Amino acid sequence: MSAVATTTSAAAKTRRSRRFGAFSLLLVAVMGGAFTTTARGDTATFVLNDARGQLFDLPALVLPVVPTVIVLTIAVAAIAARQLTTGFGDRAVVMVGVASGLFVLAFLTWAAAGDALSVIGLLRGTVRASTPIAFGALCGVLCERAGVINIAIEGQFLAAAFAAAVFASMAGSPWVGLLGGIGAGALVAWMLAGLSIKFKADQIVVGVVLIVFATGVTSFLTTQILSGNPQLNTPSRFPTLEIPLLAEIPIVGPILFRQTILGFGMFVAVAWLHYALFETKWGLRLRSVGEHPKAADTVGIRVLATRYRAVLLGGVVAGIGGSWWTLDAVGQFSREMTGGRGFIALAAMLVGRYSPVGAFGAALLFGFADALATSLQLLGVPIPSTLLLTAPFVVTIIVVAGLVGRLRPPAANGQPYVKG
Amino acid sequence: MSGSPPPDEAPQGGTDPATPDAATHADQAPERDGSSTATLTEDERAAEIAAADERARDQGTIGLEAGFAERFVAAVTGTSVLVTLLAFVAAFVVGGIVIALSDGATQQALGYFTARPSDTFVAAWEVVSAAYVALITGSLGGRSQISETLVSATPLILTGLAVAVPLRAGLFNIGGEGQVIAGGMVAGLIGFSFPGLPLVIHLPFALLGGLLAGALYGWVPGVLKQRTGAHEVITTIMLNNIGVLTSAYLLSTLLFRVPERTDPISRPVAESATLPRFVPELRVNVGIVIALLLGVLIFWLVERSAQGFELNAVGLNPHAATTSGMDPGRTVMRAMTVGGALAGTAGASVILGVQGRITTGFSAGLGFDGITVALLGRGRIGGTVAAGLLFGALKSGGRSMQAQTGTSLDLVLVIQALIIIFVAAPGLVRAIFRVRAEELTTAQVAKGWGS
Repeated sequence: MSAVATTTSAAAKTRRSRRFGAFSLLLVAVMGGAFTTTARGDTATFVLNDARGQLFDLPALVLPVVPTVIVLTIAVAAIAARQLTTGFGDRAVVMVGVASGLFVLAFLTWAAAGDALSVIGLLRGTVRASTPIAFGALCGVLCERAGVINIAIEGQFLAAAFAAAVFASMAGSPWVGLLGGIGAGALVAWMLAGLSIKFKADQIVVGVVLIVFATGVTSFLTTQILSGNPQLNTPSRFPTLEIPLLAEIPIVGPILFRQTILGFGMFVAVAWLHYALFETKWGLRLRSVGEHPKAADTVGIRVLATRYRAVLLGGVVAGIGGSWWTLDAVGQFSREMTGGRGFIALAAMLVGRYSPVGAFGAALLFGFADALATSLQLLGVPIPSTLLLTAPFVVTIIVVAGLVGRLRPPAANGQPYVKG
Repeated sequence: MSGSPPPDEAPQGGTDPATPDAATHADQAPERDGSSTATLTEDERAAEIAAADERARDQGTIGLEAGFAERFVAAVTGTSVLVTLLAFVAAFVVGGIVIALSDGATQQALGYFTARPSDTFVAAWEVVSAAYVALITGSLGGRSQISETLVSATPLILTGLAVAVPLRAGLFNIGGEGQVIAGGMVAGLIGFSFPGLPLVIHLPFALLGGLLAGALYGWVPGVLKQRTGAHEVITTIMLNNIGVLTSAYLLSTLLFRVPERTDPISRPVAESATLPRFVPELRVNVGIVIALLLGVLIFWLVERSAQGFELNAVGLNPHAATTSGMDPGRTVMRAMTVGGALAGTAGASVILGVQGRITTGFSAGLGFDGITVALLGRGRIGGTVAAGLLFGALKSGGRSMQAQTGTSLDLVLVIQALIIIFVAAPGLVRAIFRVRAEELTTAQVAKGWGS
């Protein structure tokens, strides 16, 4: 809707800054009003050690609740004052992030009052929960940078989770399961590519329908076959690996260097795809067919073949992400077990503005919200867990509506290319 | 679409796949697409299409050269009768293969396929034909079956329209699920909170409450798009999740819950707020009439009114719409609100007409079903209503198929998906059946993220 686009004039910037200021004031009100008065204890304990051992133990961080919250509130209030007056100029969005981060810290202090919060557990949970979202978002980046809208990530997840469970159970090895999952993800991607590139069907239609198709087929086969043959649905899972020495570093070690192979794979995939997309000839060609396929064609790039390969590679990446459910997290396939995470991955890709690193950051945000809900349940915070679980979705709406601004998708996104 | 362009406007007509004339002149369409990109900008072309569409619509009368059935199906799918029929055939054949492959007896026979291949085919035929016969008789085989079909079709028509109306403005409303929940929750709340009211007041009150709650839930992504440009696909997906979780929370509070029980089930809707049935023993109720009347109203609104013209203009080309003095932002907001209102009514019809009380997960994917309904209807109002009736038949037939033959209801999802895949890619159907059907351009009903 570029016709309703707000121009980035000075007036618009002032208006935006005011909106950010109002948002910060809201945070200040909640922090100063609710957190200081309703805390359930005087001190909050943050445990920084991992139970599995490390080079040396860190002392637990014990903070007085009310003074800590007041200090954080004053900091956010200062940010709000600047936003409402002169504004932060180019750093406006960054400062909203800082204000939100301070709010989360105050919230954690309030939640952990009179109790102990495992910081390591929270951050490990964040990385774990964001793994499939990051893979899905990378799949989206690959497809859409090449000009093919892939809304079917959820379908690729489901197909891959199902195939991974069955293959791993039959072969008794999670690696075979991973190959099966990759194959299933690529199969859905091949259907998307064939229908949208070769037969030029509407890409969003095909994407939605492939989700319905994958949901239907996996649910049907689960009811008809897996429920009667439980030996087909007991995949062996990937073990947690440790990188020697690095895993012993306090805080960083347990979070980054104690992962399953899929967790390590996520970091590698993000870094490699970011480099490949923006620094290599392959990436330039891939982006060119998404931005201006005619120009790419003119200089001899095979547009349709490039798009096919990008979508198939995306299917491979999404297949790894889908395998996470049955080979890493749960160890059993159940109907519709991906629970809409494919859509969250889509949102992460858009929030990350079509860049692998940006999408990864957004995936971490969603993963953090997931892990936070689990941590708060452990702490027994008096907020219903169903309402806590809405937090990531509310945050996404706020982020998308106010903080990220307009998307600039690849110019030829969603348009079939006809040579001529 | 009932309109049909006169012969002198044939080239423009070729771009409107729903017009029967498109078939005869379609051979010009691809060429036109190719050449016009060189001579016309995207904006001009879209404006020209919009103008041609409008001219065609102004003719109003139905062309005499095409048979009724062909026009009907073209209106439903935008492709020719042959391709559509073949799409259905292909979908049911693939569905049959899925049934056969998952059947134990067929798998056994497949084990000695080379020795006695006939056994495999006999076993497959038996299981597939039993399932499909149950599917058809279960949807149309008698009064109670037709009643069940109409009961299933009622919310599908409404959620289909909830997707179709924003689609015409170039918006993709994935938020039907959340809007259905919002509508059902509020309609149910009104339905059991005011037990003393007379039916003539209570029922419209509850229905209107559901409609307005859905409208509000659709207005949010609309106004966010208008004011900030937040993409409706993201915001509606997020609102779906928020709706599911919030309704689960609300059902556990005393506002909704039965005081003596702890499970998340609401109090029953009062008799005075229940949609009356036509015959006491059949579940079909006034809901289907409301859905069809809303269909007529929406048809008038989208295809005939000035608001509808703006809606279509914005969907085809927001730049051209702005240039001609329209306000795309406002249109976007209104389209999402209307869509939300329709989905909210769907939720109300489920709670007030069928379930009688609110349970967690009562929406049961109705919002997503609405997407497939609208896509099969190609965003046309009449087509969406027809697609809703068809998928309602598949759903109720699927239930009796599951009960009688043990073939899982999930097969219906597979068949629905296959139908739309084949209808959306007519080239695929032609490639499979090797028919030289007319070359039709498939309209892009949905646009990219940047729309």
